[in-house]
Amino acid sequence: MAKTFAEINDKIKKGEAVVVTAQEIIDLVEKDGVEKVAKDVDVVTTGTFGPMCSSGAILNFGHSDPPVKMQEVWLNDVPAYAGLAAVDVYIGATELSKTRGMDYGGGHVIEDLLSGKKICLRAISCGTDCYPRKEITTHITLDSINQAILFNPRNAYQNYCVATNSSNRVLHTYMGILLPHFGNATYSTSGQLSPLINDPLYRTVGIGTRIFLGGGVGYVAFEGTQHNPGAERLDNGVPISPAGTLALIGDLKKMSRNYLRGAVFEKYGVSLFVGVGIPIPILDEEMVKYTSIKNENIYTTIYDYSVEKRSKPTLGRVNYEQLRSGEIKINGKNVPTASMSSYKKALDIAEVLKQWIQEGKFLLQEPIEKLSTTQIFKPLEIIGNTE
Amino acid sequence: MNKIKIILTFPKETINKPIICHLNTDYKLISNILRAKVMPREVGKMVLEIEGEEKNIEEGIKYLESFGIEVIPVSKEIKFNEEECVSCGACLAVCASGALTLDQESYQVRFDRDLCILCEHCVRACPLRVIEATFDEIER
Repeated sequence: MAKTFAEINDKIKKGEAVVVTAQEIIDLVEKDGVEKVAKDVDVVTTGTFGPMCSSGAILNFGHSDPPVKMQEVWLNDVPAYAGLAAVDVYIGATELSKTRGMDYGGGHVIEDLLSGKKICLRAISCGTDCYPRKEITTHITLDSINQAILFNPRNAYQNYCVATNSSNRVLHTYMGILLPHFGNATYSTSGQLSPLINDPLYRTVGIGTRIFLGGGVGYVAFEGTQHNPGAERLDNGVPISPAGTLALIGDLKKMSRNYLRGAVFEKYGVSLFVGVGIPIPILDEEMVKYTSIKNENIYTTIYDYSVEKRSKPTLGRVNYEQLRSGEIKINGKNVPTASMSSYKKALDIAEVLKQWIQEGKFLLQEPIEKLSTTQIFKPLEIIGNTE
Repeated sequence: MNKIKIILTFPKETINKPIICHLNTDYKLISNILRAKVMPREVGKMVLEIEGEEKNIEEGIKYLESFGIEVIPVSKEIKFNEEECVSCGACLAVCASGALTLDQESYQVRFDRDLCILCEHCVRACPLRVIEATFDEIER
């Protein structure tokens, strides 16, 4: 018997919804079977907490007296994009400090805002009749500014690759420090807890889906940049390389430093750890099958990051059970593995979201539009103007 | 038996002398050189683990100091801030000693000081900068 979003929401409102995490449903299905779980369980909560570089915040500072049309803006010496009206900026997670380089960046500005710290705002302008001021230096906090909206163009990658290094030198990457001669291999997905792995064909997650974002409530705004639904998939629907992505939005003022943290990747730059949790409604038995997926049935592809090409050579396929064991085999060699995303935090997020739903304070939102299933991830070619 | 880690700074006039071997022959100390850097006509630096009777360790250190070698115990100077750690695992990727591990029950990253060889790779690998090395650095 199939359930609808509305029926599940009625149960949530009455405090009667049965909610389990994407980890708990695995044992439940083994014990009770798919058919019974489809009847018993209403929502499965997922979670992920990893560095997501394509993140940032839209800030609206409010107007000074006399007002200023900010044309170049720095927050704690980190440039923010100001080509939007007078006092709107976008502070990107990977933007680097002009004074501290790779030790501090946009991700840290967002974290410091959430910590309640004072941030130095500096801006310059040419001055206009309507905005006469030519420069401003002041201090802001998350509370003092008019609005702060987290808007991340690409989060929650549906699966990600394993990075390793065949060369004889140390590589510094967004996948961490990769040691020479296959000295290690790193990965960055919460596997069986990962949001889009639990709804591999985007049946329930779409534009408008209400989610846990950075400790507050957010929404899926659109498909994310580089959304690539056409990636190769196994029979269970789960892709074996990076595939779908989500653009996420939410009120930064209601988020928490526990779930948004600035990060430094040595000799690569700055990023932002983002905590995302998505509720998956158990509409029918198919959704039970999807959400009860185990690490051993989620495969990903190993790439050699030492090859300076857009398409890096692949070195085989492994599952998340193997990756989480701490060691995989590459070309017959035992290679230690490490995760770049936190399973501990992912589980914490799935638990928090579960609690919100159980308490009746978080309702499911049916997508107003499906995510694209045909979008193609195009490369950038280098073409001269005479070609 | 006690085991401690020390950082030694050798004045340049001592770097050609056999010294560490005497910790074994004269003071019955088992020594394990974890890291060493000796440049000709410059100071030498070494991270050394020594194991033996407490009295012998004390006397061994006095012996080292008699050459003008600076001896700093280091066991308590790697700071791993577990509270701030989010347990991502980026540090595990570079830890060869097994000092940093992921607890398979709680999924929390743990640091075992006794196993640490003070290579400092984790300090730079940690995206949140919650691991600090406050002792002298031997090499970058």
